[in-house]
Amino acid sequence: MIKEFRLPDLGEGLTESEILSWKVAVGDTVSLNQVIAEVETAKAVVELPSPFAGVIRELHEQPGTVVEVGKPIVSFEVADDAGPAPAGHAAPSLGLVPAARPAAGEEPAAPKREPNLVGYGAVVESSGRPARRPRIFAPVVEPADTESPVVEAADTTVIEARAGVPSGDRPRSTPPVRKLARDHGVDLALVTGTGPAGLITREDVQEFLRQGSAGQAAAAAGQARAGGEGERETRTPIKGVRKHTAAAMVSSAFTAPHVTEFLTVDVTPTMELLAKLRGARAFANLKLTPLTLAAKAVLIALRRNPSLNSRWDEANQEIVSFNYVNLGIAAATPRGLTVPNIKDAHSLTLEQLAEALALLADTARSGKTAPADLSGGTMSITNIGVFGIDAGTPILNPGEAAILALGAVRSMPWEYRGEVALRQVMTLSLSFDHRLVDGEQGSRFLADVGAILAEPGMVLTMV
Amino acid sequence: MSTDETGQGGAQAHEGAGEFQEPGSSGVPVQKLVQLITPSGERVSHPEFDLWVQDITDEHLCSLFEDMTVIRRIDVEATALQRQGELALWPPLLGQEAAQIGSGRSLRSDDFVFSSYRENGVAYCRGVDLTDLLRVWRGNASGGWDPYAINMATPQIIIGAQTLHATGYAMGIQNDGADSVAVTYFGDGATSEGDVNEALVFAASFQSPVVFFCTNNHWAISEPVRLQSHIQLADRAAGFGIPSLRVDGNDVLAVMAATRVALDRARRGGGPTFIEAVSYRMGPHTTADDPTRYRDANELEDWAAKDPISRVAALLERKGLLTGELQDHVRNKADAVAREMRKGCTTMPDPQPMDVFKHVYSAPNSWLDRQQDHYARYLASFGDPAGAVPGEGAR
Repeated sequence: MIKEFRLPDLGEGLTESEILSWKVAVGDTVSLNQVIAEVETAKAVVELPSPFAGVIRELHEQPGTVVEVGKPIVSFEVADDAGPAPAGHAAPSLGLVPAARPAAGEEPAAPKREPNLVGYGAVVESSGRPARRPRIFAPVVEPADTESPVVEAADTTVIEARAGVPSGDRPRSTPPVRKLARDHGVDLALVTGTGPAGLITREDVQEFLRQGSAGQAAAAAGQARAGGEGERETRTPIKGVRKHTAAAMVSSAFTAPHVTEFLTVDVTPTMELLAKLRGARAFANLKLTPLTLAAKAVLIALRRNPSLNSRWDEANQEIVSFNYVNLGIAAATPRGLTVPNIKDAHSLTLEQLAEALALLADTARSGKTAPADLSGGTMSITNIGVFGIDAGTPILNPGEAAILALGAVRSMPWEYRGEVALRQVMTLSLSFDHRLVDGEQGSRFLADVGAILAEPGMVLTMV
Repeated sequence: MSTDETGQGGAQAHEGAGEFQEPGSSGVPVQKLVQLITPSGERVSHPEFDLWVQDITDEHLCSLFEDMTVIRRIDVEATALQRQGELALWPPLLGQEAAQIGSGRSLRSDDFVFSSYRENGVAYCRGVDLTDLLRVWRGNASGGWDPYAINMATPQIIIGAQTLHATGYAMGIQNDGADSVAVTYFGDGATSEGDVNEALVFAASFQSPVVFFCTNNHWAISEPVRLQSHIQLADRAAGFGIPSLRVDGNDVLAVMAATRVALDRARRGGGPTFIEAVSYRMGPHTTADDPTRYRDANELEDWAAKDPISRVAALLERKGLLTGELQDHVRNKADAVAREMRKGCTTMPDPQPMDVFKHVYSAPNSWLDRQQDHYARYLASFGDPAGAVPGEGAR
């Protein structure tokens, strides 16, 4: 009788897990609770114990595949009485051995995973169909690939250094010495113990450190591996916001043909207006910045150039023109880049807009932006000026037709009333989706924004 | 062998632990850890506590060894069942066997236990049906057993809330004039909860017969104990005027001696006792947790050297009692229990839709009857007279 084992929810409320490796092959006879696979959920790396005693008939998924909960992953041929054969009822080896630490010489260590506290939710999130992640599974190459940034010679050193240690065991030492080693970033596996039965003593660790500073070639190579002198490269798994950002950027860059235009504007009148407004009672408690006025200018210019506030709906072969503006603001947060948006920004007064911008920035910085505020944007602004940058070619937030980058406001010699004067100057960089926006419309929009910032009174001619 | 006498080794690996003082360095007197069996299995004498376990014969010792091995097996099997999709969640007790068996086996059947969710070994001592033990974790019931059948309340999930229940129950014992005791189990993290502090205040005020059994397993999920207390947990009891004991929680005899001291005091009208059993949670907080993300593998290794079962095995070996016969017997017993539990788990019937009305009121209630009737008719509208909608109630 064939029995399928479907991927269970291994945490609380998880929807998927990634098969890291199979510990069995088709045709293998397994006993109940024998570890058959190593699986990574959003919360932990766990070993899967076999739910049946029998013979493996099929492994449905390759290592590296993210599988939805409930999908069959392995089929067993089991005896017809269905129940587990008593003889095969082995005590599972769970618990004592942390799943993330396979015994040496066994399966290669998976790439190091970043800490993610329980209850903080999933780091890696995907939905829909299971996706195949291309991965290289070469058991021999991978450890060197993921752990050791140094050349092969270092590995030889490591193997030699480890020869003195009973295989499969971590080096024998005492807690204070382990702490000393940890504090100095020394991998005890590289240290030769001179104590009784190879015990690593405090002196051994200190000697190892001394050798390292003397710059002996072999030791140095070994130490680089141990992080003693700082690693030459650091490998961080691609996940979380970084992964999301990358996917969004790639999809945007390679689906929407980008055009970027630049315009440098004398924004002195805007800066003067800003100073005046800051003194006005209505804005007394509000944070007004060049971004506030630029955002308002964008909203006014969008009304005159609606094609920049639209979306290309490939699936339905339609162009969606929005009669509202959800204005996205790119924000650098501790978790990475996010683009929360201000809903119905077109209907806000300048005070309301200033308030919304301040709230958005605070919320984003504290990492508390609600998912709803991250979706549904229709056009975005990225304020690269805060980093002292003048111009760039911003990539569109996926699904949007335009994004405007605001450069830094600089005091520069500039033509003013026929003479050269020191003026406040800013460069605007506008990228737009050429499928939706022609050069003419994009240029008109950018010119409108520039005109408003160069002379805020021009708004009177536009509304 | 470097036995960690302070028992606070769990916090050593925590980054930035240096900001926090070593317990005892703040000028507060440090209680010495009571230990009767060393990690290497040597029986050390203790002038006071030896008296409380002098009736423990070789035979008893073998039976404690069996109990600890069996509950570890139960625990490991339940963890496997969770990984196989048969349980939604499981909180492993790995490493805490001595604390649970040493105390659980000291209780009288008329004592009443109020535990957290991790005291599955205590439940085993109380004689819980193995299938009942898993009911809640399989998501099949909101309570696994009748508390009065084994004088143990169903596990409390709210951290520390059970200490209040125990104190209230103990006040009831006082009113009855009985000499039974309420025993409540909680962890190191729970001592920071308001409920536990309130319970300690009431127990002290009323001098109620309650034993506060705190298993200090060093980790409140990812929070090390050192962040929660600058003094030893046992010393917190002094602030409430409650006597306390600090024992090696991985030493089944020391735990037993301490529990007996506390029970005896309570039975004689001497009021509450606080026991800190210094142990270690060797597994994850629950099956949904990955402790390798927040604690050092070295720390686990240090505690593995203090394993509660290996030290009893070593003691039995010194005494020449660890025969192949005993080992076979214990292994077979553990396997049989695991088999029985697995069978009970996988053959457990799914709860039926109408079951939700079963445990609301003990007496008939017309309002509820009406709801039940409406619900039955609603279910029947799907065309299945039995009221069993396919898929409904199934996990």
